[in-house]
Formats: sequence, structure tokens, C-alpha cells
Amino acid sequence: MAGASYLSGTRGSPLRRKSSSDDRAMRLFILVIAIYLVIALAFPLYVMFSKSLENSQGGFVGLQNYLEYFNTPSLVYSIQNSLFIGFVTTCITVTIAFVLAYALTRSRMPGKPVFKTIAMIPILVPSLLPGIALIYLFGRQGLINELLFGHEIYGPIGIVIAEVFFTLPHALIIIITALSIADARLYEAATALRASRPRIFFTVTLPGVRYGLISAAFVVFTLSVTDFGAPKVIGGDFNVLATDIYKQVIGQQNFEMGAVVSMVLLLPAGLAFVVDRIVQKKQVALLSARAVPLEPLPNKRFDSLMLVYSIIISIFILGILGVCQFAALVKFFPYNLSLGFSNYQFDLMDGGGWDSYFNSIEMASYTAVFGTIIVFAGAYLVEKGQGLGPIRGAFQFLAMLPMAIPGLVLGLAYIFFFNSPSNPLNFLYHTMTILVISTITHFYTVSHLTATTALKQMDSQFESVAASLKQPFYRTFLRVTVPVCTPAILDISIYLFVNAMTTVSAVVFLYSPHTTLASVAVLNMDDAGDIAPAAAMGMMIFYTAAGVKILHYLLSRGIESRTQAWRVAVAN
Amino acid sequence: MSEAFLKIENLTKNFGQFTALRNISLEVFEGEFVCFLGPSGCGKTTLLRAIAGLDIQTQGSIAQAGEDISVLPPAERDFGIVFQSYALFPNLSVEKNVAYGLESRRAHRNEVSQRVAELLALVDLADQTKKYPAQLSGGQQQRVALARALATSPGLLLLDEPLSALDAKVRAHLRMEIKELQRRLAVTTIMVTHDQEEALTMADRIVVMNHGVIEQIGTPQEIYASPASQFVADFIGTMNFISARTASAGKCVLEDLEIAVDTSGLEAGQPVQLAIRPEDVQLGADDALEDQSQARGTIESLEYLGAFVRATVELDQSGARVQADLSTGDIDQFALRPQSSVAVTFPAEKIRLYSLDA
Ligand SMILES: Nc1ncnc2c1ncn2[C@@H]1O[C@H](COP(=O)(O)OP(=O)(O)OP(=O)(O)O)[C@@H](O)[C@H]1O
Ligand SMILES: [Mg+2]
Repeated sequence: MAGASYLSGTRGSPLRRKSSSDDRAMRLFILVIAIYLVIALAFPLYVMFSKSLENSQGGFVGLQNYLEYFNTPSLVYSIQNSLFIGFVTTCITVTIAFVLAYALTRSRMPGKPVFKTIAMIPILVPSLLPGIALIYLFGRQGLINELLFGHEIYGPIGIVIAEVFFTLPHALIIIITALSIADARLYEAATALRASRPRIFFTVTLPGVRYGLISAAFVVFTLSVTDFGAPKVIGGDFNVLATDIYKQVIGQQNFEMGAVVSMVLLLPAGLAFVVDRIVQKKQVALLSARAVPLEPLPNKRFDSLMLVYSIIISIFILGILGVCQFAALVKFFPYNLSLGFSNYQFDLMDGGGWDSYFNSIEMASYTAVFGTIIVFAGAYLVEKGQGLGPIRGAFQFLAMLPMAIPGLVLGLAYIFFFNSPSNPLNFLYHTMTILVISTITHFYTVSHLTATTALKQMDSQFESVAASLKQPFYRTFLRVTVPVCTPAILDISIYLFVNAMTTVSAVVFLYSPHTTLASVAVLNMDDAGDIAPAAAMGMMIFYTAAGVKILHYLLSRGIESRTQAWRVAVAN
Repeated sequence: MSEAFLKIENLTKNFGQFTALRNISLEVFEGEFVCFLGPSGCGKTTLLRAIAGLDIQTQGSIAQAGEDISVLPPAERDFGIVFQSYALFPNLSVEKNVAYGLESRRAHRNEVSQRVAELLALVDLADQTKKYPAQLSGGQQQRVALARALATSPGLLLLDEPLSALDAKVRAHLRMEIKELQRRLAVTTIMVTHDQEEALTMADRIVVMNHGVIEQIGTPQEIYASPASQFVADFIGTMNFISARTASAGKCVLEDLEIAVDTSGLEAGQPVQLAIRPEDVQLGADDALEDQSQARGTIESLEYLGAFVRATVELDQSGARVQADLSTGDIDQFALRPQSSVAVTFPAEKIRLYSLDA
């Protein structure tokens, strides 16, 4: 008997399901989006890599450029500088963020939502802005530059402060998540064993959030090593990899060397990305094992301590923002401190004037709309599609890749790829479209993960039921998937909008005189010495992003209350 | 009998190196209610998904209503399905859920709403049409899922553990309701369950599965009264297994008793498992022990199970334990107490033998 069944089990090749029209349509769509990602990501990166092996005439020179790079001390020095900035920023930010996250999750201090909201503000401004505020505070004519005791704000000190401001919310979100998945029963057990508070902290709390801390550290490290805004504004003579790329490309028109530096910058970012992926997986494993949520007990001394701490951090963040607003309104710092709106006459300055602002809004809107459609449809097709295993795998990889690609690197890669006369897509160069494409691509990963998480939370049998009822997949997609995932879809579109408003690095190589952007205008006005108008434009970006966030909040609340009759089921 | 409605032949399903189904062959007839029954992980869901085309088999063929559907995608097959999770669309009302499969068929709007009303009346939910699934009880959700699956009048209804998420009372009630509905609509139905009571009460025929193979196919009575293998005997109901040995043809030896029994397929002198259900074991007063077909035992314990009493008896000679079901009347009549000596009778016609190597 066993022999017979063994034989019949191995006879012939396995059966394959006949494709339905749904299968074919879904494969076509996924292919289209995969091709989009290949064109918007894989090809440009490949072209950039090959450029780094060519001379300016386009001849292949092997590792010649790399040799030249490593034999130019001023360039190599930047590697060290970048790592130094990354390391110091990571230590400071993760510490500050951990204590703040601890205050927000484990204390009973009042005003938690307010402090959390304030801590998220840096996401809404370009990374150029903290640098500008620091110039007003600690620059040569700064308001409180005595506090530096003769040290120079232009350089590592300024960069690190600006990076801490810029990276804080990113670290905070991750650590708050890690702290909130703690299992109350562990704490009860530890307390029952009469462990002291510090002992509990070191034996239960810290091990519980270790993956969160590692993940936060790598995210902060990547952000601060690849950031371009802060070192550009306040770096002075302290060169880092990101500013080197900019200088090689914009200053010296040495594109090949720009490509070489880009390849170097990919290394730390890529490494951090890989480690973060591994750690995230472990964190998810912890998450699924979650049990009883922890309710912090009141403790007067501890709560007041945490309150004071949170106030200090909030003052830091609001202070930076306030100084920028002050800078934007002051007529002529430091000689005429009367207030007015003269700095808002952007049309009188270099940088594209008010048009830049409206271009930014247009670009951010397109990015939000088309980005959300592409990202969500892509995530859906990867999750629910049948067959095409290798292509779905490649798609997943491409969707995760942008996280590891610094904006400047992507922008430079776009120059190489789209500006090539032999590229049929050359017509996109210097258009609004290419700005939108590069921004969507730059922020693809987080959006994709948000969409995937929402899709995974849906009952996987919906599609099976719909197929048994002979309904085409797009009908179920539109009537069930999209409505159920509306909160995630809104999140994605807002995320894309805000980042499109604030990003400099992904677009600084790609804008044209007709498509100047607000964030780039901040950069260019600052470069030209018009720091006050730069601050004014930065604040315009902030108000717009904040307005959109508030709109999002109200919209989400509205949707929540309108759909709460059935949302309960999704939550269960 | 007429040609089978659903015909599965030599179906095998591998997940990588692991064989979840091995050489399954099975026929289901029109209007029949068939249950796949077996322990967790035996491959019931896998078989159901293969029939639906949701997870295609590695080898083997499936034909439905005379048509080979082996490799067809689900949308080109003719079935309705209810999952354990029900998979009701959370953002659509009860009415819209049930109408989901009807609307795009260019049916007239009035026709659709008429059909929906009819279906909801059928599952007794006519007054819940505007509610969302989250606002219904588990049993009501289950019935909406059933109505939705039946809406398009499929030729085959597939149910994957449709009752397992409900509490015992609702379950018992819905069992009867589903069975009644199935009989009324005469829709060919396959239900997956690991609950033998469910299978025994609902099914016309039961397919008992274990480790990816079919152990037995038969009516509930056949499965219960003459289990084809030791696994089935053990899995369905309660069964005593006692070590014994075959004697000459038609005889087996238990303790010092020689019992006349069907020994076909077994050699003489072979060690076997003698199987008998507790309700078939008879206990009597010890003093009656003259009969050659009785063994002597001692009552170890008596367990009151409502309508009857289950006695655990230790056989004096071998020390084997046997369970026997008695009425409370028997207990009084023979004055049975723990430690009482009793005479144990194994009626030959109720005994089944299973060879040890099976
Ligand atoms: N997609 C899959 N990949 C690998 N193994 C699988 C997969 N699906 C099922 N199996 C395995 O096949 C076997 C049969 O699974 P199946 O779900 O059919 O069991 P079942 O009889 O329905 O059990 P239950 O009563 O627990 O639902 C199990 O051992 C399971 O682990
Ligand atoms: Mg199952």
C-alpha cells in the first residue's frame, strides 16, 4: 500500500492552477508597478554605479575614481566626520528619546498628549530649519552665543544639535512602540519577588525594549549620516559625505566623483538598513506574544521628575521653532528688531519666490495622490496576488530598498539616468513629474510597510469568498479592501504629503527654474545669505504641514465616528 | 447508484517535503451531506481547499457534475463556502453581504432584494438586514455567512468548521438548523469538522481522515458500529481495547475465555486488540458465574454520567481494565459497589478484532 501511494505521489509534475482572468489582470498590474519601481529605482542606481567607474568622457576606468577619492585627504576626512556626527547624534538622540518615551508610557504625569505632539513637530520642518535657528541663537551675533563659551556653532556642535532635533521624533516613535508592548505580568512577577525599582528597570524594562533601542539607534544613525540640510546650513568648514556629494555635483560639476561619494555613503546606510530589518523581525515576534498591557502606578516624585524633563525637551523644540518664527518676522537682525512681514516678500529674493511655495504644494499633492495609489495597489497585489512568485519577491525587495538610499544619492542617480540623451524617458527631466517620482520613490518603504500591515490585518478569506461568488478582484478591492483600509490609506497620503513638503535631498538635483520648491528655496536663500527669508519660507512649510496634519486628524476622527458601527469587527 | 456528483481520484497534496494528503479517492452524491472528520492537522481543510480550487492539489483529479475541474480557478467552479472566521465583509450591512454575489450579475435590483429577503428569511434573520456584522452575535454572523454562500444557488456548499467558533448551546441549535436547511434545499454539502458528535448527528456519510489518508467512509451508523480500523474505533465514541489472541478460526482467547468472533483476515495464534464499546459490555452478579463466556472482575469505580453509570472494572486474571455502561436500575438490581466482584460478559456479536501491526 505504502509503496503504491509513494509511486503515485511522485508521478508526473505537480498540477498548476489554470489562471483566471483575475489572476491575469493582477499579474499585469503587478508587472506594471514592478516596472515602475525598476525604472524609478533599480535602473538609476545601476547607472550611477556604472558612472562611478567611468571618466567624465564616459570611458570605463575601473576603480580609478575610487583610488583618486581615497587619495584625496580632504574627501576621505569626510567619512570620519560623517561617522562622528552619526555616532554622537545617535547616542544623544536615543538617550533623550528613551527618557521621553519612558515618561510618556510609564509615568502618570499630566499633559502626555501635548508633549507627544510637540515632540513630533520636527517631522514637519525641513532639516535646514534647526540650523537656521541655531545661527540666530549661537551665531556670531546670536542671541545667547555666550552660552557656547567661545566655541563655534558652525561645525560639529551645530550639526549635532540640529540632527538631534531632526531625528528625535523618529527615535521616539520606535521606542514608544517598544515600551508599550511590555507585558504587565512580568512587572507584577518582579514586584512580587520584591525586586527594587532600579533592578526591575535593568532586568525587565531594558531587555524588553532592546530591539526597539537598537532599531532606533540605526534609524537615527542613518538619518544623521545621510542628512544634508543641517550640515549644509550650519556645518561651516566641517565637511561630511552628504555635503561632499552636493559640492562635487553642484559646485564642481564633477559628477563621477559625486557618484563615488554616493557609493561610499550607501555603505553605512545600507548596513544600518540590513541590521534594522533583522531587528524589526525579532521585535514583531515579541509583539505577537503580547499579553496584559501595563498600567503605570502613580509615583509623585518620579512623575514630577518626568514632567520637568518633558517640559525641558518641549522648550528645546518649541524654542528652535520660535526662534525661526522670530527670525522670519524681525526686520533686520540684529540691528532693527521691529517685526513685520518684509521677509515674506519671497519674490524679491533668489530661490523662486512664492512660486516655489505653490510648486511645493502642487508637488506634495501629486505625490500624496499618486504615491498612495501606487504604494497601496502595489502592496495589495503583492499580498493577494497568485503566482509570479519571483516577481513578487523582487517587488518586496525593491519596495524595501529606498529606505537604504539617501535622498541625494537617489537624486544624483536620477540625473545620470533621466538626463541621458539616449533615455527615451529623457523628456521627464526638469519636469514636475520627475520631482514627484523621485519623492514617491524616496519615501516608498515606510508607506509600503504601512499598507502591508493594514492589509495583513484583514481576513485573508475575503478574496476566497469573493472568488466563490464569482466577483472580480477589483470589485472586492474597491468595495471592501479600500474602505476597511481607509485609515492606513490616509496615513500614507499624509506621510507622503508632509515629507514631499519638507524634503530637500531627494529634489535638490532635480528641480528646474519652473519647478523650484519651497524647501529648496530655503536652501538657496540661506546660501545667498538671506537667512531671514529662508526662515520665513521654512515656517511656511511648517504651517502648511501642520495644517495638513490637523486636517488629517479631524478627517480621521470623522471617519472613525462614521464607521465605528462596523470598525469594531476589524479591531477584533 | 447513479453517477457521483463530485468525484475525487488519487488526490495528493504536498507542501514542500510534507505530504498533507496521500492518494485520496472519494465520491459525493447529489444532495448528500458529507462530513470530513479527523483530528487536527489530518488534512481536512487542505482537502476542502483543493475541492474549492483555493489551494490546488499536487496530483490527482476532481470532477464535479461530470466536468473535470481539477485545475480550474475558484471563480470558474460552482461552490459556495463558509469559513470558520465567516469572513463577512465588515463594512457592508447584512443585506449587502448576502447580495454581494448577486449584484453584478446584471440582475434586476428588485430581483436582488427579493432574493436577499428570501435568503434572510430562510436563515431567520429577516429583521437584521441593516445591521453590520460586528453588531450581530456569533450565531447570527454564521447564518449570514451561510445565506451569502447560498445566495447564488451553488451546486456545492463547502463548510469549514462553521460551528467551532460558537458556544455549545448555539452550536447544538445551529447543527439542527443547518441540517434542516440542507435537506430542504437539497444542496450537496461537504462540512469539515473535528467534532465527532457534529459529524454523527449531521452527516449522511462521514469521511474519517488521519494523517492525510482516508481511514473509512460510511454512514454514521456504519462508522460507529463497525469501525474499519483501530484508529476509527478509537476516534469515534468510547471504545475498550483489550489485548487478546486469536485461537482457531472464528475464535479468540481473552483471559481464559474463548469467544466466538469474526476472525477473517487474521491468523490463528496472533496477538490482537479486542474492541468493544462500554454500552455493549454486560455486568452481572458474581454468583451467576458458571457460564463459559463470562470473566470475573472487580469494580474499581462507578462514575455517574446522568442517564447512565460508567463502571470501570479490573479483570481479575489479566488486570486489564474495562469500562461498562449500566443503567441505574442495573446497579440497584446487582447491588454493585466499588470493590464488588462481578461477572463480565462480552457479547460475541459486538466484538471487533484489530491486528496489532495495523
Ligand atoms: N500552506 C501550508 N504550508 C505547509 N503546510 C501546510 C499548509 N497548510 C497546511 N499544512 C499542513 O498540512 C497539514 C494538514 O493541514 P489542514 O489545515 O488541512 O488540517 P486540518 O485537518 O484542517 O486541521 P484543523 O482541524 O486543525 O483545522 C497540517 O500538518 C498542516 O501543518
Ligand atoms: Mg482545518
